[in-house]
Amino acid sequence: MKSIVIGVIGADVHAVGNKIIDYTLTNAGYNVINIGVLSSQEDFINAAIEADAELILVSSLYGHGEIDCRGMRQKCIESGIGDIFLYVGGNIVVGKQDFSEVKQRFLQMGFNRVYPPGISIDMALNDIKNDLGE
Amino acid sequence: MAKYLLIDFGSTFTKLTAVDSELGDIFASANHFTTVDTDITIGYKNALDQLSKTIGHPVVFDRVIACSSAAGGLKMAAIGLVEELTVEAAKRVCLGAGAKVDLVFSHHLNSSEVELIKTKKIDIVLLAGGSDGGNSECVLFNAKMLSEANLGIPIVYGGNKSVQDEIKAIFDNHHVNGHIVDNVMPKINQLNIKQAREKIRELFLKNIIEAKGIKKIESEIDKVVLPTPEAVLRACELLAKGYMHEPGLGEVVVVDVGGATTDLYSISEPSKRGDVILTGLEEPYAKRTVEGDLGMRYSATGILKALTKEEIMMINLEKGIDIEKEINDRNTNVSMLPKNRSEELIDRLLAEMCVYKAMNRHAGKMEEIYTPMGMVHHQTGKDLTDIEVVIGTGGVIIKSTDPKQILAKTTNVFRNDFELRPRHPKFYIDSTYSLYAMGLLSEFDPVLALKIMKKHLTQV
Ligand code: B12
Repeated sequence: MKSIVIGVIGADVHAVGNKIIDYTLTNAGYNVINIGVLSSQEDFINAAIEADAELILVSSLYGHGEIDCRGMRQKCIESGIGDIFLYVGGNIVVGKQDFSEVKQRFLQMGFNRVYPPGISIDMALNDIKNDLGE
Repeated sequence: MAKYLLIDFGSTFTKLTAVDSELGDIFASANHFTTVDTDITIGYKNALDQLSKTIGHPVVFDRVIACSSAAGGLKMAAIGLVEELTVEAAKRVCLGAGAKVDLVFSHHLNSSEVELIKTKKIDIVLLAGGSDGGNSECVLFNAKMLSEANLGIPIVYGGNKSVQDEIKAIFDNHHVNGHIVDNVMPKINQLNIKQAREKIRELFLKNIIEAKGIKKIESEIDKVVLPTPEAVLRACELLAKGYMHEPGLGEVVVVDVGGATTDLYSISEPSKRGDVILTGLEEPYAKRTVEGDLGMRYSATGILKALTKEEIMMINLEKGIDIEKEINDRNTNVSMLPKNRSEELIDRLLAEMCVYKAMNRHAGKMEEIYTPMGMVHHQTGKDLTDIEVVIGTGGVIIKSTDPKQILAKTTNVFRNDFELRPRHPKFYIDSTYSLYAMGLLSEFDPVLALKIMKKHLTQV
């Protein structure tokens, strides 16, 4: 069974979506390690190392996602999980910005997939299956 | 009561400082060209003769110890995995050990990088990479690359602890002078300097000064104990912290502009504000940075490169000079000393630019981020805003007719609130060039060293 680490990054407390993501991914047959809200980059990385996870799925709802996610790929590399998949979604930036630019910035930071607001976890299930198999 | 002789075998000058513990002060000093290329003892004996002449008679010293930056100083290569993390950590360890970091490499080494370690005549390699339990593939690869190259110099391994045994085996198999120390970044963003720094110092004393022809001076004196920049760093730390009942000056910044580099030291807590979020690799309390592209002669062209076309035009217009020509002149004639007022002013201008740029890189930055929850401050690097003491050392500043002008460039001259430079410090100079000597003296009489330093700092 493939493992996925999920959580809400930074000082963000929006907990409802996180529960739904947990439920959906578990039902889809993945081993979900849910580190919950208020999680730091290091929390995600440590959980991924311990669980030998193949994907870290970051949620950010309060608009502060860009600064919270900076440098995460670099830390993954030092931590020996440089090849892990990094996804991010929710409401990752403040307000309504041109999403293609936002996406570009996150891809630059080393994220593999970047989702705009309004994309629920069900809509991302296919990507996960493609990337991880099963 | 004891008399001490403290020596700095510098790249150009051998400097002697004589201290009398009863007097509680320096009682004589002298210097002579360093003669490490022929025989380091010649220059030393000449300086000693001069010292005896100044005093009027030869003196028997109870202790004679030295620091050295002769023969190129301690040249190191810092190797890590990711630039912002273990590479930066390795670099900070080397600088904190008083080294010149001539080479910095990240990720997998290639053969031309390894070749550079040979051609640049590196003295010690520090190999880091991976947090504890983290990436190990890269350090194993790099350890093999370095070992197979037969460098013949010590390699210090301060990376992921999980592969220490494998690394040691690689070193042993290739008969490498290898040393294993604690990881310089055991956890993400956590900096761990101590053990690696101690090992570098030990190797400097055991191997490097021998290889550089400095060790033979130990037939004349007691011991060479430190690289010069580390002696200065120790002096700064003592000056800031104080020692037992003898109070220090509080947090300090020390500036040294030389012909080839501009060195900055800050002894301070990285941040004192509770309302900021600290990002990036942990900052050391005693931090040293060396800018190899900012200097008055050998590296003067670096100043030019750091200027924009508009800035060059503005300087030329404002000062009525041709800054490009002035800089190139100094770069081709590195022993040039200012002969008149205008050359002196240009030298001061160059020193000001070195200090301004060097502080730009040394001091931290604040970023204001508007979030749905209001404004949030993110700090990277050290916050020096409330530093009250800025000290200048080294010939360029000490001998300047207006050292304050130069030192003032450490502050926030352009009123950019996002640069965490000192705001309203007082300025001092180490007028007798005694910081290095007090760093040495602090090894065995810290109270005396501190008292003398305080006495000899001149406010400007
Ligand atoms: C409920 C709520 C709160 C509650 C949260 C309670 C709790 N503990 O959960 C409280 C009142 C505490 C709150 C506080 C704040 N909130 Co609020 N909140 C909401 C609200 C109304 C609903 C959130 C929710 O639960 N949605 C339902 C779940 C199921 O959806 P979801 O969270 O979006 O998650 C789904 C998808 O986004 C997606 N998804 C999520 N992560 C990922 C990741 C990947 C990879 C993928 C593919 C998909 C994905 O899948 C999830 C499940 O389908 C939204 C508005 C809205 N209608 O969305 C605002 C909203 C999220 N909040 C907002 C703001 C601004 C705040 C505050 C800053 C307000 C303030 N000034 O104090 C604070 C921040 C507090 C903090 N530190 O986090 C803004 C964010 C704006 C932005 N990003 O630009 C929103 C969008 C409201 C708005 N339109 O302005 N909030």
